Amino acid sequence: MSTTETSTEAAKAPAVPPAPNRVKTIVRQLLGTPRVIIGLALLALLAVFAFTGPLMTGWEVGERDFTALLDEPSPEHWMGTNKTGQDVFTQATAGLQKSLLIGLLVALLSTGIAALVGAFAGYFGSITDRALMWIADLALVLPSFVILAILSKHFGDGGWFVLVILLAAFSWMVTSKMIRGMTISLREREYIHAARFMGVPSHKIILRHILPNMSSLLIADATIAVSTAIIGETSLSYFGFGVQPPDISLGVVIADGSKFANSSWWIFAFPTLLLVILVLAVNMIGDGLRDALDPQSKSRRS
Amino acid sequence: MSAQTIENTEAASGRSGDETPVLEVRDLHVTFRGLGGNADVNAVRGVSYSVHRGEVLGIVGESGSGKSVSSMAAMGLLPDHAVITGSVKLHGEELLGLDDREMATRRGKVISMVFQDPLSGLTPVYTVGDQLAEAVLVHNPGAGKAQARERAVRLLDLVGIPNPEGRYRSFPHEFSGGMRQRVMIAMAMANDPDVIICDEPTTALDVTIQAQILDLLRTAREETGAAIVMITHDLGVVAGFVDRMLVMYAGRPVEMGTVDEIYYGSRMPYTMGLLGAVPRMDLERQGALVPIKGTPPSLSALPPGCPFAPRCPIVRPECSLAEPDLLPVGEQPSEAQIRAAREAGAPAEAAGVSDTGVQRVACIRSGEIADNAWTAQDIYPIPEIPEVPAAKTRREDRPEMLRVESLIKHHALTKGAVFKRRVGTVYAVDGIDFDIREGETLALVGESGCGKSTTLMEIMGLEKPQGGSVSVMGRDTSGLGGADRFALRRDMQIVFQDPMSSLDPRMPVFDIIAEPLRTHRRPAAETTARVYELLDLVGLNTEHATRYPAEFSGGQRQRIGIARALALEPRLLVLDEPVSALDVSIQAGVVNLLEELQARLGLSYLFVAHDLSVVRHIADRVAVMYLGKIVEIGDTDAVYTRPAHPYTQALLSAIPIPDPEKERARTHIVLDGDLPSPANPPSGCRFRTRCQKFITLSEPEQERCMSIEPALEATNGGDQAAACHFAERQTVL
Repeated sequence: MSTTETSTEAAKAPAVPPAPNRVKTIVRQLLGTPRVIIGLALLALLAVFAFTGPLMTGWEVGERDFTALLDEPSPEHWMGTNKTGQDVFTQATAGLQKSLLIGLLVALLSTGIAALVGAFAGYFGSITDRALMWIADLALVLPSFVILAILSKHFGDGGWFVLVILLAAFSWMVTSKMIRGMTISLREREYIHAARFMGVPSHKIILRHILPNMSSLLIADATIAVSTAIIGETSLSYFGFGVQPPDISLGVVIADGSKFANSSWWIFAFPTLLLVILVLAVNMIGDGLRDALDPQSKSRRS
Repeated sequence: MSAQTIENTEAASGRSGDETPVLEVRDLHVTFRGLGGNADVNAVRGVSYSVHRGEVLGIVGESGSGKSVSSMAAMGLLPDHAVITGSVKLHGEELLGLDDREMATRRGKVISMVFQDPLSGLTPVYTVGDQLAEAVLVHNPGAGKAQARERAVRLLDLVGIPNPEGRYRSFPHEFSGGMRQRVMIAMAMANDPDVIICDEPTTALDVTIQAQILDLLRTAREETGAAIVMITHDLGVVAGFVDRMLVMYAGRPVEMGTVDEIYYGSRMPYTMGLLGAVPRMDLERQGALVPIKGTPPSLSALPPGCPFAPRCPIVRPECSLAEPDLLPVGEQPSEAQIRAAREAGAPAEAAGVSDTGVQRVACIRSGEIADNAWTAQDIYPIPEIPEVPAAKTRREDRPEMLRVESLIKHHALTKGAVFKRRVGTVYAVDGIDFDIREGETLALVGESGCGKSTTLMEIMGLEKPQGGSVSVMGRDTSGLGGADRFALRRDMQIVFQDPMSSLDPRMPVFDIIAEPLRTHRRPAAETTARVYELLDLVGLNTEHATRYPAEFSGGQRQRIGIARALALEPRLLVLDEPVSALDVSIQAGVVNLLEELQARLGLSYLFVAHDLSVVRHIADRVAVMYLGKIVEIGDTDAVYTRPAHPYTQALLSAIPIPDPEKERARTHIVLDGDLPSPANPPSGCRFRTRCQKFITLSEPEQERCMSIEPALEATNGGDQAAACHFAERQTVL
C-alpha cells in the first residue's frame, strides 16, 4: 500500500487541480458548444434588432401610410404593410421588445415555480404535498383568463411586469404535477437516502440532487413555455387586456397577420419568422445546457 | 495437428459412439452489427458443445460473457439484426437458417426454455392454467380443450403447486415468484421436450425457493429424460446440479470438462480465479478471497490475443499474439511455435472445434499449470489482511457502537381515498435486539421481505422509533436534538446495494465524495486533500475524480460509494447488500477491501445480506431474521457449524456449496411454500407453517408452537441464541 501512496503523492502535486469545480466545468462546456454560442448570438441579435429596428425605417410605431394599404414588400416598406397601412417591419420589431421580455421571463418563472412546487410536494409528501397540490388544482380550475383580464385592468399601463407574473402564475400547474410524480420516484433512489443519512438538509437535497436529475424535462418545458407565453399574451391583448396600445407586442402582430396569411403572406410571415428564430435560439441554448448537465448524453461522449 | 488429436480422443472416449447428441452446437458466432459508426459487438465467438439425453451441461460465466446470447441463438430467439454463423443441430437436424414458422414447431416441443425473470414470463391477463393449456394445444392441435386442460392440471401438480385444480384459474399476479417459476418450468415440460435450456432460473429467487426449484428441475429431468443446458453465474448451483460444464469469458469458451475436472483441476487462470473468488460457506478460515484485477473487456473492442490476458496474473508476451484455441491440456502450441506462426504471418488455423467430452482449456500455459499443479492461491497475488486490533480484547470489554432493543416498525394498511381506515398492519420489524461492539461485524441475514432493510432504514434515520430504542455510540436516538443528530451522522454511514442508483448520475466523482465533507463544513482545502486520499484508499486513481458515475463499472462504483461513506471517518459502517449486485470476480475485490479497511481503520460493520457465503466470510456474528424477528443470533462459526433454529438449518442447507463432491454428498432440507405475508403472520412461532421440525412433533408440542411465541434463548451457554421451543444444535454443512 505504501508504494501506491507515494506514487500518487508525487503525481498529485503537479498534475491535479486542487478541486474540480462543477459550475465552472458546466459553464466552460456550455461556451465550448457551437450550438450554445449560436443560440446566444441569435438572442443578442434579436435584442439589438428589437431596439434598433424601429429606428432604422422612417416609420413610427403605429404610424399609418394611407397610400399603401396591404402593400407587398417594397423599398418603402421592407416587409410590406398591413390593412391599416402600418409598416410590418416597424411593428414586428417594436413588438419584439416586449415579447422577448415576456416570453423569456414567463418561461423562467413558470418553470421555476413548477420545479419548486412539484419537487417540494413530491419530496415531503403528506401535508405539504396535499397543500401544494390543492393550490395547483385550484389554479387549474380557476378561470385564469377572466382573472387575468380583471387584474390586468387594475394595473393600468406599464404593468407589463405584472402581466408576466400573472401569466407565469397560471401556467405552472401541469408541469408541477409531472415534476411531483418524478420526484416521488427519485426520492426512493439510494443516493437520496445517502444524502439524507449524511445530514444534508432537505431543501439542499432537492436543489442539489432532485432538480438536476430532472433538468432535461425542465429545460424542454421552459423552451416550450417561451412560445406559449408569447402567444398566450396575444389572446389577452386581443381583448385589450394584455399589452395596451400604444405599446405593441409580437403576439399581437402575429395574431393580426394570421388572418391574412393566405392572401397577404408578408404580414404573417415576417413576425412569425422572428418568433421562430427566438424559439430556435432558446432551444439551442436549452439543448446545450441539457447536454452540459447530463453526463450520459450522446454529445458528451464524443 | 489438433484435428487429428481430437478424432483420436473422440474414439478413445467412446462416450458418444452410437448415440447422436440431442443438441449439438458447433462454432457458433453471434455478432450484433454496430449502428451509426459504432463497432460491432461480438457477443459470441466460437462456442461448441453437445448435450446427450439426460445430461446436464452447465454454461458458466460472468455478466456479458455471452452465455445467454449463445442459447438464445440456438432457440432462434435473437432479433433479425444479429448475425449468426456456425451450426446448431437438434437431433442431427440443422436449426440455423430455419425460418420462424419452422422454428415455432420445434420450440416448446423439442427444445424449450426457462427464463430468468418469472415476473415477466407469464402474460398477466390470462389465467395460469389457460397459458399452460395453450402450450399443450399449440403443438397438439388435435388434443382438444378438455384434454389440454387435464394435462395442464397434471403438470401443475407435477411441479408442486398445491391444489392444482383450483389454482388453474389463478392469474399470474396471485402467484409468488417461486410459484411462477414453477409454472414456467411446467410450461417448458409440457410437451416432453428433449432439451430444456434454463437461463439463470434461480437468480431472482431466495435461497429456500432456489432449493425447491433445483429439486424440481431434477424431477423434470427424470420425468422427461431431457437434456438440460443450465446457464448460470452461480458456481454453487453448478457444482451439485450439472455433469459437464463450459466456462465462458468474453464470448468464448475458455474451459470445458466435467464438473470434477474443472472444480478440482482447472487449468485456466480465469476459472481458477473465479473458483478462488467465491466465498465458501463450508470453510472455517478461508483467508482472503482471490481478486481478479480489472474488468472483463468490452465485446466491441477486444484486446488482441487471449481476452483474459490483461487480467491474467501469469500472462506472457505470447498471450497477446494469438487467441489460444480450446485444446486438451498439454496440447497447446509452445510459445516458440506461436511466435513462429506469428512471424510466418499465417492466420491461426481454426482447429476442429467440436465437443469431444475431454477437458479442454484455452490457455497456452495450461500444460505448465497441470505439471506444477498450481492452484489459484499460487498464481494470484493474495492480499494480506491484517488482524483487527480490537479483536484482541474480549468482546464484553469493547465499547458498544450500536445497540438495538426491541425495535418495532409497523406500517398501517389503509383503505379509502379521503377517510383512510386502518384495515391491517404490516409487521415489518417486530421487536428485534442486537448490539455491535467496536471492530466487529454483525451480519443480518434473511430472505427478501423479512424486514432487514426496514431495520437499516430505522437505524439510519436516527429518529425515535415506533417502539423500542436505538442507541448509537451509547446515545439513545429518541432524545436527540437536530444538532446532536447531525453530529452523530458523522460516526455512522451507509453503503448501498445497487451501485447504479447509489451515486447521483449528474455529479462528478469528486463532488460525490466531497458531499459529506462539505455538508459537515470542512474547510475546502481539507476536503480536497481528503477526497484524493479516499480515492487512493479504495483503490481508485486521482484522475477518476472528474469523471461521472456512468463511466465506471459496478465494482468501481461500489468503491466510490465506500469512499463516500468513509469520508467523515465514521466508526460504524452500515452495509446494505454491498456485493450482491456484483460479479464474483469483482465481488472478491470489494470484500477484500472491506476487510482491509476494517482492520486498518478499526471500523465496525452492520452487514445486511441474503448471501450466506459472503456472510460467513466477513462476519464475526450473525443474526438470522424471519418475518420481522430474529430467530437465531450468535458467533458466526457457532451458528454455521451448529445451527439451533430449524430455519437457520434449512437456510444453510439450501445453499449450494461450490464443491461437487461435498455438494453431491449433502442432503438438502427443502422448505415448503413461501414466506407468509408479514401483514398476517402465523400465530405462535412464525416459522411453524414451513418448519421441517414442526411436522415431526407430537400434538401437544405442536400446540405449544402454535400458541406460544418462542423467545430468544441461549443454546450453547455462550453467545448463540435461538427462538425455538425445541432448539437443537445440529450440523448441516
